[in-house]
Amino acid sequence: MISNQAPQGGAPAVEVSDGAVSRVGGSIGSRLRGMNVSVLREVALLPVLVLLIVVGTVVSPAFLTVSNFAGIGQQSSALGVVVVGESLILLIGGMDLSLESTFGLAPMVAAWLIVPVAAYGSGTDLSPYIGILVLLAVGAAVGLLNGLLIVKGRLNGFIVTLGMTIVLAGLQNGIVKAQSLFNLPYAFGYLGSASYGQLPVSLIVAAVIFVLTGLFLRYHRAGRAIYAVGGNPAAARAAGIKVERVKIGVYVAGSMLAAIGGLMEAGRVSAVTGQQGYGEGIIFSVFAAAVIGGVSLKGGRGNMVGAASGVILLGIVGDILDLANVSNYWIEAIDGAVILFALFLARVVGGESTAEER
Amino acid sequence: MTSLVEVTGVEKRFGTTRALRGVDLSIAAGQCLGLVGRNGAGKSTLVSILSGLSEPDAGTVRFGGEPAPRVGDIGRWREWIATVFQHSMIVPHLSVAENVFLGAMRSAGGPPVVNWRAMRRSTRDIMGEWGLDIAPETPCRELSVEQLQLVEIARALARGARCVLLDEPTAALERQASQRLFERVRQLTAAGVAVLYISHHLEEVFEICQDVAVLRDGELVLAAPTASLTKDDLVAAMVGGVTAAVPAGAQEPAAAAPAGGGPVAREPAAGDLPRGDVVLSVDGLSSGSARGRLAGVSLRVHAGEVVGVTGLLSAGVATIGRVIAGAEAAAGGEVRLRGRRVPSGQRAAAQRAGIGYIPEDRRAEGFVAHLGVAENTTMTITRELSGRLGLLAPRRRAAAAAPFTDRLSLVSSGPGQPVAELSGGNQQKVTVARTLAHHPSLIVAITPTRGVDVASKELLLSSLAGVAAASGAGVLLCTDELSDLEICDRVVVLVRGEIFTEFSSPPFDRDALILATEGLITGQEEE
Repeated sequence: MISNQAPQGGAPAVEVSDGAVSRVGGSIGSRLRGMNVSVLREVALLPVLVLLIVVGTVVSPAFLTVSNFAGIGQQSSALGVVVVGESLILLIGGMDLSLESTFGLAPMVAAWLIVPVAAYGSGTDLSPYIGILVLLAVGAAVGLLNGLLIVKGRLNGFIVTLGMTIVLAGLQNGIVKAQSLFNLPYAFGYLGSASYGQLPVSLIVAAVIFVLTGLFLRYHRAGRAIYAVGGNPAAARAAGIKVERVKIGVYVAGSMLAAIGGLMEAGRVSAVTGQQGYGEGIIFSVFAAAVIGGVSLKGGRGNMVGAASGVILLGIVGDILDLANVSNYWIEAIDGAVILFALFLARVVGGESTAEER
Repeated sequence: MTSLVEVTGVEKRFGTTRALRGVDLSIAAGQCLGLVGRNGAGKSTLVSILSGLSEPDAGTVRFGGEPAPRVGDIGRWREWIATVFQHSMIVPHLSVAENVFLGAMRSAGGPPVVNWRAMRRSTRDIMGEWGLDIAPETPCRELSVEQLQLVEIARALARGARCVLLDEPTAALERQASQRLFERVRQLTAAGVAVLYISHHLEEVFEICQDVAVLRDGELVLAAPTASLTKDDLVAAMVGGVTAAVPAGAQEPAAAAPAGGGPVAREPAAGDLPRGDVVLSVDGLSSGSARGRLAGVSLRVHAGEVVGVTGLLSAGVATIGRVIAGAEAAAGGEVRLRGRRVPSGQRAAAQRAGIGYIPEDRRAEGFVAHLGVAENTTMTITRELSGRLGLLAPRRRAAAAAPFTDRLSLVSSGPGQPVAELSGGNQQKVTVARTLAHHPSLIVAITPTRGVDVASKELLLSSLAGVAAASGAGVLLCTDELSDLEICDRVVVLVRGEIFTEFSSPPFDRDALILATEGLITGQEEE
């Protein structure tokens, strides 16, 4: 048993002595304790965030301003929506590397069907609204394919989605012969570029997605089924949960969220490039945000508060590195190192409970 | 007798729970000491301390008069004491020799490479010395549970351990295999090895242990030669004088079984009562399952009837339960519940049809460890508990779980306590509560009392019988624990996947049952 240094006081795997705990008296105490555990775990990243804000303020006077934070929000929201998708997939005990390619392919297909032939479009000149439906459909189709291969085909999720990553990224470049698509219609770019005053629409939408997903996971029976399936699929099946259906559904939802994230990104940069997604290698940031936020890679544990703080943390780190004028040559190395350090910190502070380790 | 292992004043607490309170224990060379206690009495904690896996808060462990090695220095610890755990610690894809020398493959003083030849030779020598007949090259995945245990014992002996700790070794063994294990244990003690034998089966303790120690609520309440005790003495020591440790009123009021106390037996009249309608009808069920084949089994369970299915482990006892519950697909035949055909191999569909399922292995299938007691209990009824939008309030869940957990006197610190933190017996109660919660018209229970202490056992069985009597549900009890069958109205004996015979009027004669499971006599009483 690994000693658990987290200040949450989570009880280790103990044989609770029959009769040693009074059932009536214990319930109030345990409720308090239970609350402490969850609250502490959810705010485990708070000290780190505070520290980063202090560092940022010292580094640059431009850091602690509304416009800077609005910028962080706009830049992080696309990533954030993908993190929600990946977190759901991690919660059922799966993993999906291809979300980064869906993030690029779905907006590419939609934009290709929308823009005129002169701008490397397909010539169908679809309305942008139908284009957005196509984008969602592409996400759903990729997720369904992944889900069927992994769940029904019993293939390993890592290798299936790795292969899918390459295929989708190839399609993304293939259909437009590696061109970038500009001049996207206003409605298509709205989600990623518009804002109410200083508040970006993408940030509002991302926040709504986080909150709704969080509430869904906590209070909806399908959300609870996700935790049960991720925690112990055999027990979930024995309790009458349709494990396969839950898993496939989550793969579909995850890919659709990645497609929405891709739409935000396309709006933000006013273009769909061949690089978007796979070319930028966003999947590391996606996993890092989820894991820093306490979503377990083993499934069954984690929540949206954690995932959101992981995203915010990564956003602030990136912003500080920008403001500090770190040389472009070094920025990736430093970024990666900071993420690894944050992962370590999150493990120490948030400490996954070892209660079920055997 | 000089003590080989000596434990003095050992204390261990977890949070507010005092798992061990000043335990003194000593084991001498050549002694077989039985250690018994109810679930949660502190046995597992003591095992973990004796195995060098966790450190006591106070007190000492000494080996041969010397202080024990540092906790965590497993290599040095194993030179004294080796534990054969309840759950197999064998790597299935490695060979027998590799498993025996797991973690010590490099011979001391030799070059830093694995000497395969020496490893196989030593394994063969050890096997030969103890009369075990397992080839060192065999991959462990091809071995039976019994053989795996022997490999674990060989591993302990290969390190030169002078004390072997056996934690519930017969839990997964058939009767004859248990007998062979006892022979090994006698062989070990005769050769001067000390054995600490942990078991829920008191008759085993009387059979092979010279002395017995009883733990209750973390305290050592009795240590005496087995010859000076009766089984009742032991039970009294385990439950602390209050034989009916079950809180009164927690019992299902309509339960036909007596509240705690003596063996669970249904009123003799039960057999003469007119039977209810047929709840379950199974026809020509066959399966090629690795857990035991089925070769065309047909049976009926009526409303309010408790039907036992027993036999050797390989006879298909678990398979028939799993197939009927939809946990496993059948190769042929059909299952009907109240006349409606239940699709094969679809657990969710079987549950919707009204089949409750208490699985064989609670750790693997019985609960989701880090979710709370209430959530696990209501996992089968989320559809009923949730509103039109599918929303599910935690408070509603706790309220819905309470009647079931109360009925089973489940001890937890609250509805939100993760099931992982409960003792084995209470975990099993969660699994049973989860099944009762969806008001099944048939409950399929597979070895529901395995690894559960005496008092909880009776409570679990009587609640099953109680549900049958009160709600008219049928119960199909698939078990190889003959004592569980006391709540049954009828017992079907399987031999090699076929119905060998049926015992139709309780009380059932234990010896006749044993002979029938071996396929020796049909035991069909004269009508």
